[in-house]
Parts: sequence; structure tokens; C-alpha cells
Amino acid sequence: MTQKIELTDIYKIAPHHRFQWEEAQNCYVILFPEGMIKLNPSAGEILNLVDGKNSVENVVTLLKEKFKDAGDIEKDIISMFEFALNKAWISKE
Amino acid sequence: MTTLNNGVEANITQTQPLWLLAEITYRCPLHCAFCYNPTDYADHTKNELNTDEWIKVLRDARKMGALQLGISGGEPLLRDDIEDIVTEANQLGYYSNLITSGVGLTEKRIDAFKAGGLDHIQLSMHDITEEISNFVTDTKTFKLKQKVAAMIKDRGYPMVLNVVIHRYNIGHIKEILEMAEKLGADYVELANTQYYGWSLINRNQLMPTKEQIDEAEKITNEFREYIGNKMKIFFVVPDYYAERPKKCMNGWGEVFMIVTANGDVLPCHSARVLPNIDFPNVKNYQLNEIWYDSSAFNKYRGDDWMKEPCRSCSEKENDLGGCRCQAYLLSGDAEGADPICTKSPHRHLIDQALEDSKNEILQAQPIIFRTDKNSKELIQGEHKERLKDFKAMP
Repeated sequence: MTQKIELTDIYKIAPHHRFQWEEAQNCYVILFPEGMIKLNPSAGEILNLVDGKNSVENVVTLLKEKFKDAGDIEKDIISMFEFALNKAWISKE
Repeated sequence: MTTLNNGVEANITQTQPLWLLAEITYRCPLHCAFCYNPTDYADHTKNELNTDEWIKVLRDARKMGALQLGISGGEPLLRDDIEDIVTEANQLGYYSNLITSGVGLTEKRIDAFKAGGLDHIQLSMHDITEEISNFVTDTKTFKLKQKVAAMIKDRGYPMVLNVVIHRYNIGHIKEILEMAEKLGADYVELANTQYYGWSLINRNQLMPTKEQIDEAEKITNEFREYIGNKMKIFFVVPDYYAERPKKCMNGWGEVFMIVTANGDVLPCHSARVLPNIDFPNVKNYQLNEIWYDSSAFNKYRGDDWMKEPCRSCSEKENDLGGCRCQAYLLSGDAEGADPICTKSPHRHLIDQALEDSKNEILQAQPIIFRTDKNSKELIQGEHKERLKDFKAMP
């Protein structure tokens, strides 16, 4: 059941989930009842901008500015949004 | 006295106690027949850590990377400092979970937990019928649990229900899931009884048949299809009907740490039953010394301790030989393969247990409920004269 991501969509971290930086693991994590996910650096960078204010398009723009040498990362970012939405880590504002 | 190999590196240095379970008290108003707590808990109810000692445990474990905090028991709400503990946990950045029967959860307390930043409450439920719920807990708590569920939902907490499954409620899986839906549950854990502590001594009375488990799993899968993402359902499979053991705790001293009511630190819920291990106490040692350097936490780390058939087994990485406590409790050999494994020379013990659970005479034996009196009698070995405590099913 893949849900489609639109560039104008605005997402936030889903209710009952918490996203935070973990010094001891040196990565971002998502915490929820009975579980935790350690995020790889790119997933962490993306979700760090998912704040209920930035649109998907904004996230893409901000990350393109931050990682100028990364090439065309839009597709990867969108697929990360899809993945996170299907895992119910994020929800629409 | 526990010997600590101070300064000596642990066998595996990559371990990290991501999950901290605070078994904050062994006192409990319920007397569940399936409780995994040690049957000799009455010996461990004295010298509970005080609030400051618990706060130090939280701080030290957080520094080591602990993230998920379970506050459990016994019934944690029997302590009046849970408010202070959840507030501290929140400030430290834990994702905190109060694991409760619901007894003692008042409007005032739940508001204080919310204000303190408690992340979720896991409520135990037992059945859809008042009779069985009250019977298996040996209390009258059915109606109270319904009220508490509503209170949890009302405060905007994720509704996490834990239902321990056994012969008395396995026939009601569909109705239990429907009740969970009606209560607005976000997560439901259908946890088949694991046989440790009190549940082990009541095994013949609690163990469902293979057919019942298969049916329950089928119903659960159908319900999952119907409910979709709205409710996450975990079905914890009972290992007695498996051919390979579970990777217990994801490995001894790998990611899980339990601090018991009196401050003993354990790598799993029932480790204290194992022979020849002294578990260090936070009153005497620093938590990081205990985790990394103690002989107790290094004893079954990795696979150096294994003997045959595990040592040369091509599947040893999958399950690390299974559960040390189960191996010891059933076969008397803590280093042997978990008897669940069909390669274990002790597998016949499991097959016998499955046979025994079909034996009507054994099924009809009185259940030994988790009470202080029964615990003291079990410690003293006075568990033969039990007919006076006989409680028939309603």
C-alpha cells in the first residue's frame, strides 16, 4: 500500500513517535512504543527537516543547498518520504 | 561476592544497553498464574532502591546509550515516586513506558505522568470475560482495567495493550482483538506465555494445544488484514512448538539490561535462576563496570561458552543456543542447547511437557498463584500440601 508523495505535501513526525539525535550512537533515531530505529545519515538529514512546516519541496531545496556535490537527490528524498510514510514514522500535517 | 574484571575488556565491545527495564518493585496487587517473576521474589522484596538510587541508574544507563526505558514490576504504581522517575527519564531523553496492570492509576497520577513527559503506558488485559480475567489474576480487576484503558486513551497516550495468552483465553483471540479495536488500541501484543517463574510451575494448566495456537495465529492474521495500519498486532509465538530456540534477549548482554527492585543488574528477566553467577548490584558497582566488565555479563556473551551440539552448529549465529535460563530450568545444564532445539539431547523434555499438557489429571491440578504466601512456601519447599488452596475454574 504505497502512498504517493506530492512536492507540496507537508509532513511531521507521526504522533507517538519521537525523533532525536543520539550522541552515544552518533546517529538520529526514531523512538516509538516497543521499538527504535537507528537512521543512516541521509535518512537522518531528511527527517530532521520534517517538522510540520517544510513542504517536501522545501526539504529537497534545503538538502540540495546543504549537499551541493550530491547531484540530483530529489528522487532519493521522495523515496525516503514514501518509505517513512509507509512505516508510519511520519504523517501529514 | 561478585568478582569484576576491572579494566579487562569485555569479550564483545560493541554491546550497548539500548533497552533498560526497571523492575522497580516486586510487590503486586495481582497474583497472575503466568507471571514470569521469580517464584522466590519474596526474598527480594526488601531493600528496594530509593528514588535517588533509581535516578542515578537512569542517568548512568543513559550515558551508556540506553534509550528505551520500561518501568515495570511487580506493579510499579505501588511506589509513590513514579512521577519523579518519569520526569527524570523525560529530561534525560528516554522514551519511557510504564508497564502496569492499571491498579493504582488515578486521574491525578496519570495527569502527573503526562506533565512529567511519560511517553506511553502499556496496560495488561487478560480476557474479554470478567470470569477468566479475574480468575487468572486471582483478583477482581476486570472492570477497573476497562476504566483505566479509557483514561489512557483520554489523555492522548498511545494505547498499548499486552495480553498474555494461555489455555484459558486462547479461544477468545478474535473477541480480544475486537475489544482492543473498540478501546482504540494502537498496539496489541498477544504474548503467548513463556514458561519461567510462576508460569513454569503452572505449565500443565496454562499450555494451549498446537491446534489452538495455529487457530489463534490464523485469526490474528485475518484481523491484521482487516484492520490494516490502524492497529499494530504482535503475535509472540510460543517456543515450545518451534523446532529452533529463540535468540533470547537478542543475545546475553547485547542490548538489554534489567535493574531489579533491590538493584541487582541482570541481562534477562529470569537470569537469577542460573547457578554459580552472582549478579552485581548498583549499590556496590558502577553500571558501566557491571555491563562491560562483570563476570556475570560476560559469562554468556558471544559464543565462547558454547558446547556441542551448539558449538559446531551451522545455525548458531541465528539463535546463540537459545535461552540459558530455559536450558537450566528444564535440563539442569545452563551451558547446554536450549531444549527447544530438535538438535538438543534434551528435546524429549519439551515433547514430554507437550504430552503432559494434554493430560487431564495434570491439567486439573491446582494453580499456584503468585502470592507472597506461595512464594515463601516455595522458598521453604513446602509446596506439596496445596489442595487447601485449590481454586477450580469458574
